[in-house]
Amino acid sequence: MGTQEIIERCEAIHEDLNFTAARDWKAAEPGRHVIGHLPIYVPRELIHAAGMLPLGIYGGGDQMEVIQGDAFYQSYICRIPRSTIELALTGRLDFVEGMLFPSICDVIRNLSGVWKLTQKDTYVRYMDVPQNYDKEIGGRFYIREMQELLEGLEGISGRKVTNEDLLASIKLFNVNRRLINQLYAMRIEQPWNIPVTEVYLLMRAGQVLPVEEHNVMMTDYIAAIGDVERPQKDNTKVVMNGMFCEQPPLNLIRSIELSGCYVVDDDFILVNRWLREDVKEEGDALKNLSDCFIDHSTRTSATYEPSEELKGAQLVEAVRKSGAEGVIFAAPSFCDPALLERPMLQDVLDANNIPNIAFKYAENTGQMQPIREQAGTFADSIKLWS
Amino acid sequence: MTTEKKAPVDLSKDVQKDASQLLQKEMIRGNYERLAQAEENHKEKVVYTFVPGNLNELVMCFDVVGNYPEINALQSAMQKKTGAYVMEAERAGQDEDVCTYVKADLGMMRKGNIGPAGKKLADPDLLLLSYTGCFTFMKWFELLRHEYKCDTTMLHVPYQGDGEITQSMRDYVVKQLKEEVIPALERTSGVKFDIDRLREHLRESAKAEDKLVQVLESAKLKPSPIDSYFGGLYYVGPTFSAFRGTPECTAYYDALWDEVNERIQKGQGPVTPEGVMTEEKYRLVVEGPLNYTHMREFWKMFYDEGAVVVASSYTKVGGNYEQGFRHDPDNPLESLADYCLGCYTNLNLPSRTKMLENYLNDYEADGLLINSIKSCNSFSAGQLLMMNEIEKRTGKPAAFVETDLVDPRYFSPSNVKNRLESYFQMVDQKRSAA
Repeated sequence: MGTQEIIERCEAIHEDLNFTAARDWKAAEPGRHVIGHLPIYVPRELIHAAGMLPLGIYGGGDQMEVIQGDAFYQSYICRIPRSTIELALTGRLDFVEGMLFPSICDVIRNLSGVWKLTQKDTYVRYMDVPQNYDKEIGGRFYIREMQELLEGLEGISGRKVTNEDLLASIKLFNVNRRLINQLYAMRIEQPWNIPVTEVYLLMRAGQVLPVEEHNVMMTDYIAAIGDVERPQKDNTKVVMNGMFCEQPPLNLIRSIELSGCYVVDDDFILVNRWLREDVKEEGDALKNLSDCFIDHSTRTSATYEPSEELKGAQLVEAVRKSGAEGVIFAAPSFCDPALLERPMLQDVLDANNIPNIAFKYAENTGQMQPIREQAGTFADSIKLWS
Repeated sequence: MTTEKKAPVDLSKDVQKDASQLLQKEMIRGNYERLAQAEENHKEKVVYTFVPGNLNELVMCFDVVGNYPEINALQSAMQKKTGAYVMEAERAGQDEDVCTYVKADLGMMRKGNIGPAGKKLADPDLLLLSYTGCFTFMKWFELLRHEYKCDTTMLHVPYQGDGEITQSMRDYVVKQLKEEVIPALERTSGVKFDIDRLREHLRESAKAEDKLVQVLESAKLKPSPIDSYFGGLYYVGPTFSAFRGTPECTAYYDALWDEVNERIQKGQGPVTPEGVMTEEKYRLVVEGPLNYTHMREFWKMFYDEGAVVVASSYTKVGGNYEQGFRHDPDNPLESLADYCLGCYTNLNLPSRTKMLENYLNDYEADGLLINSIKSCNSFSAGQLLMMNEIEKRTGKPAAFVETDLVDPRYFSPSNVKNRLESYFQMVDQKRSAA
């Protein structure tokens, strides 16, 4: 299968707000269940081990008209909760038996309550991952959180999840993580050959497809990309930061590249890359997941950074590792975590002489010209003056 | 107009205050003086912390002086200073979309950290980030740490996503207290932790909490002798801040209760800045924080119409005592954990909705008013659904106004007044239809 065919399928999945692929998976065998989750991170291994499909819900994007959802939120609240509730109220999530709301911010946290009040037949769980990164404190709490989630999932399926089930799922997601890391590494090497839109669409497909199928898709794409030779441009390599929750429209991502930037790292779909190392594949599965979370989590603005010295260190590392020449901060409007974090990260970048710019967007932003001009000017200025 | 005074008033002056209010003012002044002294002579260590989930009893065990940035922001807002502070923070790179409490604090710091009492406040020796019910707190103290480069300790308080406190949550908080927070306070202060000292403070807290509940529940009477929102701000002040667990705090509540009881005996309504309300026309439950930049103007819109707030959620943000929780000297750390876990914004939406519904019934209120705060997502996200749910469950009318805590740009007096007047008409119509 060629890259074009793979990407066309990914694009169809991305545009399909009825989640047909996930519906088809569920319909294929009786007793299958689908559990939705919001960004940024949930331990999808648990859902998989329970014989269920984890379905990443990333709002309604720029193709969906939000009507009922706007009645739930004031004008000064970001767009993702209103388009997400719109998905539910319009029946697009009627096949989803459970929804997980990770601890990102107050808005997503409270969305779990909106779900409890409006979607009474759905299993709803707020996933409170620890902000304390001590194995004996936060780690223990996290294990208990995962046990409670498992109990909830077992209640839906009526099937006990064993340690072996969990270890088998861990193995599959480790493979997935390695493939994704391989793709990102290849993109750093050949950004002209692997457009950011293709990486993005592959990541989004992984939010809808079963991990087994996504692993095949990723393997096929990585194999096929070797046959592709696209013209190399004199673009500026950038890292994008701040887009971890409400997603930018695909056109915005495309516009960044068209403006003269190669995006060599990003925080778009972090659930795929949250754990920066493999999870141990033997022993106590929940402890392995917890230990990996404590030791190898991605740092974002939704997490507490215990050390001032480490603030922004992962971002600087991403710049250095990818050979990026600058950082583009792009945050959704009214996103408290990303917007409050940004000035601190900008200071860290300035101290490391890393050029950066910032803008805001919404998932339904339609005007790309200003963003293209801003990103283009940024890319040009780096080429001319850095 | 339903207060005893009728003549036009100068909103910047002519404020009538109860003796308890003056007592509290003196307590606050004393704390600001300690913070100013700490800046001058460096004899006391300074700990900055937040109102919801504050660990005042624990902090006092280390002979440090506490500073509450939220209190500074709201005091500064009442003094009309925060508009400039917010803009100063925005000039320094903070986005216009984010929490204005944070920006007011950062702006004050950038302008010399001159506190509401007019003196420079001491820089923190420790930032005690009790992260309860609000994600922004986490970034707020990271931003302060970024500026002050001082020690920080964090207490992560899990959210009551399923509407209950589990043993796992309690254990997690207690373990953090034992292994992170107390050692950090010991390091900063050089004082060894003494659990018996903590027990003594907790015993004192429970006394004040009993009295606070007595005061708040007096609003079930008709007429209500108190206003639980505007007046309630003053009533909760000492338990929400640097005084809970002190004999002075208990004395304040004794004095407050005496005043309220006296009004009950006389059949009087609440005290407003223009005197005692003479006619109670509307009994309201209010959800959401206050606007501080135009507090008196806002309050006047209520008392001029004879509207009394008989219960509010805002007065539960720094402690939720009506359901029976008290700080417990016999289970000191566990009760600190339960206190943090039980603060209002740490409750899930169904629990918040149920609580407001109960208020409407128990306090025989005419309806619900939501003051939605532009920059407080913790409160605001989901309020429209809560409003609809409560209307559906109680059949009582609800209304929605939008202001901000400390950013004067978001207080539009004519809009708010229009909404309130329409709302009161709606209540009248409901009554006449009944």
